[in-house]
Amino acid sequence: MVAEAHAGRAAHAGHGAAGSLLGSAPGWVLVVLVVGALVLPYLVGVARVRARGRRWSPWRTAAWATGAVLVGAALAPPLAEAAHAGAQGHTAQHLVLGVYAPLALVLGSPVRLLLGAGSRAVRARVAAVLQAPLVRVVSFPAVAALLDTGGLYLLHLTPLHALSQREPLVHALVLAHFLLAGALYAWAVAGPDPAPRRPGTATRVGVLVLAAGAHGYLAKLLYGRAAELPPGAVGSTADREQAAVLLSYGGDVGELLLATALFGGWYRLRGRRTRRGSRGAGVAAPRPVG
Amino acid sequence: MATTSSRARPAAGTAEARRSLLVAVMGGVALMAALDEIVFHQLLGWHHFYDRSTSQVALLSDGLLHAGELVLLVASGFGFAELRRRGALAARWAWAGLFLGLGGFQLFDAVVDHKVLRVHQVRYGVDLLPYDLAWSLGGVLLLGVGAVLALRARGGR
Repeated sequence: MVAEAHAGRAAHAGHGAAGSLLGSAPGWVLVVLVVGALVLPYLVGVARVRARGRRWSPWRTAAWATGAVLVGAALAPPLAEAAHAGAQGHTAQHLVLGVYAPLALVLGSPVRLLLGAGSRAVRARVAAVLQAPLVRVVSFPAVAALLDTGGLYLLHLTPLHALSQREPLVHALVLAHFLLAGALYAWAVAGPDPAPRRPGTATRVGVLVLAAGAHGYLAKLLYGRAAELPPGAVGSTADREQAAVLLSYGGDVGELLLATALFGGWYRLRGRRTRRGSRGAGVAAPRPVG
Repeated sequence: MATTSSRARPAAGTAEARRSLLVAVMGGVALMAALDEIVFHQLLGWHHFYDRSTSQVALLSDGLLHAGELVLLVASGFGFAELRRRGALAARWAWAGLFLGLGGFQLFDAVVDHKVLRVHQVRYGVDLLPYDLAWSLGGVLLLGVGAVLALRARGGR
């Protein structure tokens, strides 16, 4: 167990030898760097949007800051070490880094900020990136959900998990995948950002139910077969059973938050349409939302 | 899809009556599912998180159902708020829908979850028949209340 925790600290995000020499200090330096790298450019962007006389909701800024702090918390030494010490810590880190932090970041509307704060050249480039075939494919909700939840299946049902516990580089890549795939999924399903060809509410709700159902099923599978999954895992079966319960309920909370963001967006959009159109025209032809 | 002339009491068949009914059915289903989770899984501990005799197909469909219930809870909340915001909530239809949703889920849980899919049982280590009967009858009763309310809403009184 002790050796594992040490290996964990050393493995943490590639901060090899320094980690074991200086205790957790490098871990905290990394946290400060990551949070700073996320928050400072965002604040510069907000200042530029405001300087152009446009409004920027403080809630968006708060959401982005919350996301940045959650990313920092997931990488900070206490959680990083717990993630290496056992399955429950690992699951907690996964939930914070791959579910809660991405949603908070996405609610900060980073693309809208980039469009509002950037020069004409920047705006053109953002538009070009959003229109690029690859971006359009991976940001389709079903594909994003597959990358996110599929990655989780891959990690837990193949020897990838054991490999990531041994190899610091693989571990860093897995963490990066959690964050990026989680952000892509949240952006595609519930993001307030403008996106070309974002599918309608019904499609996104359907993808959310399928992905959350697959997530819940994986949690039950890991609980039922905790003695053998993930392949090559060390530690106790009881720990892995508790981790599966945490994955299940933590995933439920994530789904509720995503659904709230999704339907909150629907509610705002509908309010705008109702106000804009005449009463009759604006509210005609209601579509079922479920 | 006729537009309503009177907002005070939307009549049967209008978009508002149907929407109110739909939103409330979704809310009723989600509320009963939440009640089931909180009371029987968490407080009483009668239901189990995982039943070793459950098939993989049942586990997967249970996961999807549970995910759908959570989404329904949020969807009906926002749908309800949206109807109220534009003064289009048909209260009688909403009450009918609520009970139909509550009863519908209860009966579905009793028959499909417990008996067909066998995701879990009502309670373990006891004679199941009285529990299963109570579970199903409760659902039928709630559905009956919902049906009566729907008939009265259709009659406009």
